[in-house]
Amino acid sequence: MSLSSRQSLPLWLILPAGLIAPFAFPTYSNEIAVLWLMILFASTWDILGGQMGYNSLGNIFFFGAGMYICAVVQIGLYYDVGMYTSGARTTHIAFTSAQYFTGFSVGLVVAGVGCAVLAIAAGWVLFGLRGPYFAIGTLGLAIAAAELVSSWEWLGAAGGIAMPVFPGGPHAEKLFFYFLLFALTFALLVFLRWLYSTNFGLALNAIRDDEEKAEAMGLHTRRYKRTAWAISAVFLGISGAIFANMTGFIDPRDIAFPTTTFNIFMVIMVLLGGKGTLWGPVIGAVVFHTIKEVTWTYFLGWQFVLLGLVIVITIVYFQQGIAGWLMEKYPAWFSGDDPLPPESRAKPARAIPPGLASQPEGAE
Amino acid sequence: MDHVLSNLSILDAAPVLNLGLLIDGLLIGSIFALAAYGLALVWGVMSVKNLAQGDFIMIGGYLAWGLGRHGINPLFGVPLGFILLWCIGWVIYRTVVSKVISRDLFTSLLATFGVAIVIQQTLNLLFGPDTQSAQAHLPTWQFAGGLITVSAARLIGFVMAAILALCVVVFMKMSRMGQAIRATAQDPRAARVLGIDTGKIYAFTFCLNAAICGAAGALVAIVWNVQPFYGTTYSIRLFVIVTAAGIGNLPGVIAAGYGMGVFEQFGGFVFGAEYQQALIVLLLLGVLTVRQLQYRRFRQAVQ
Repeated sequence: MSLSSRQSLPLWLILPAGLIAPFAFPTYSNEIAVLWLMILFASTWDILGGQMGYNSLGNIFFFGAGMYICAVVQIGLYYDVGMYTSGARTTHIAFTSAQYFTGFSVGLVVAGVGCAVLAIAAGWVLFGLRGPYFAIGTLGLAIAAAELVSSWEWLGAAGGIAMPVFPGGPHAEKLFFYFLLFALTFALLVFLRWLYSTNFGLALNAIRDDEEKAEAMGLHTRRYKRTAWAISAVFLGISGAIFANMTGFIDPRDIAFPTTTFNIFMVIMVLLGGKGTLWGPVIGAVVFHTIKEVTWTYFLGWQFVLLGLVIVITIVYFQQGIAGWLMEKYPAWFSGDDPLPPESRAKPARAIPPGLASQPEGAE
Repeated sequence: MDHVLSNLSILDAAPVLNLGLLIDGLLIGSIFALAAYGLALVWGVMSVKNLAQGDFIMIGGYLAWGLGRHGINPLFGVPLGFILLWCIGWVIYRTVVSKVISRDLFTSLLATFGVAIVIQQTLNLLFGPDTQSAQAHLPTWQFAGGLITVSAARLIGFVMAAILALCVVVFMKMSRMGQAIRATAQDPRAARVLGIDTGKIYAFTFCLNAAICGAAGALVAIVWNVQPFYGTTYSIRLFVIVTAAGIGNLPGVIAAGYGMGVFEQFGGFVFGAEYQQALIVLLLLGVLTVRQLQYRRFRQAVQ
């Protein structure tokens, strides 16, 4: 499956849209940047939840871990971290341009690698758990991280860390982080599109469909599971590092490890869009983010209650998701196309009129 | 780590303090045991893992706190919480839980998590994010020169939790409804064949669980404190208890409830109160790991 084929049309639609968006809607560029982050959240969650059938409730752990790893690297390269984060510090610490960008780029790499290591270590323990126990165990991991960091003085405890300030004007800063997040998300989508077409993707689906049989066929299921989690952890960690610098401030409970907001949004976006497909999570993220921004604007104060209701309604009444609903309604559009229903993945692609097949989100 | 060692040496130097912590732990553990029993009931009968359990407790707690603020003895919150949460439980059962019973476990987990978020945020909007405690104006007795304090509120909480637990156990063993619930837990299909309306049983079980939580919550507000977001911690505590004991193991659940109370008191004393939440969650991870190691004996994964 080459990238030039008709099936990758959504990618080629996203690319110009993402490049033009901050210039076309400059007032909303931060919201659109967060939208890319949401798409990344949903797509990384779907690697485990949709493709592999392991529903994690703690993926936010890697987002927060990436934030803190990057912060420690950025500060630690030039100053003493304990001194920098101490609440008693009165002096202002400024980073030069060179210091900032060196620290940031090193921080991004270390955050990605560090999160992969954390995922493999956590996977060692948690992947023995199945079904709801895995969900509760991963939720515990995220909450434990939030609580431990909130009482860890060296990391600024519950007060958080003020990140180094971006050396440059506010406009340049906005565009810089926008394009970083967009590039990361775009890279993730291209990568996943390739990954799901390989044997590795098939192995993940085999684990989802029947793990015992997959083992019996000689698949090293544990290794696959750990690798899959490490992949999502790398992207989440790097996105956390970028987001930390974008907001300029991190704290353990509300920004780094928000178990009841971002953490649960990931799951809802995937369920809303359609589990186990490449484009379902993307659609879900777009729809959910729009709903979220609207409720934030018009129902301020009650937004979390409304979001909770959206969660309950999505799960109880609309679990097949938008992609699943479209597949049910217009199966012809999907045969041989990217968001494959699991059972049709093995079948050869049928010839279908071009133009109809490639853009499920445009079809509505 | 210095303060941990010094706290340990305090415990070593004054052994009577251990007794004080133990008593406190047992008194609080009885409330955990009560709510954990409700969780185990729903888990066993309808295999729904209710993540909103802790938030039911918080609703009961805020009811007792509200009564206390209006000059009514918050102890009346126990029966009132039982009734109020029975009704709320019924509404949640009809709108959410009944729709997800037949689906996979993750669905019910997530749906109840959504309910938990709605409850938390509503409580937060109604009562604000401050920590509240219901004042019952009861005395506190001191023993051993002030080293052991037993508050009457905690003792009453203990007694009421014990009475309530006893009532529930007797109800489950003796009454026709209790028999039907146990039959449904054993085999829903056979129960249906024998003419038990399992839908009704599920509704009743869920309402009973919510009601137990409501009563337990009123006790929590009296002996301890409530805050809109403490619910999640309670849910996790109860999960630890039930997972450690195993579902369907009633004496185990109660023993684990007491164990949890004692563990928290000692943990809070030795490590400091700010680590209390982290300790509970780490205990969860520990219990899950141990369970998994036990499980590993039965299956050999390809490595």
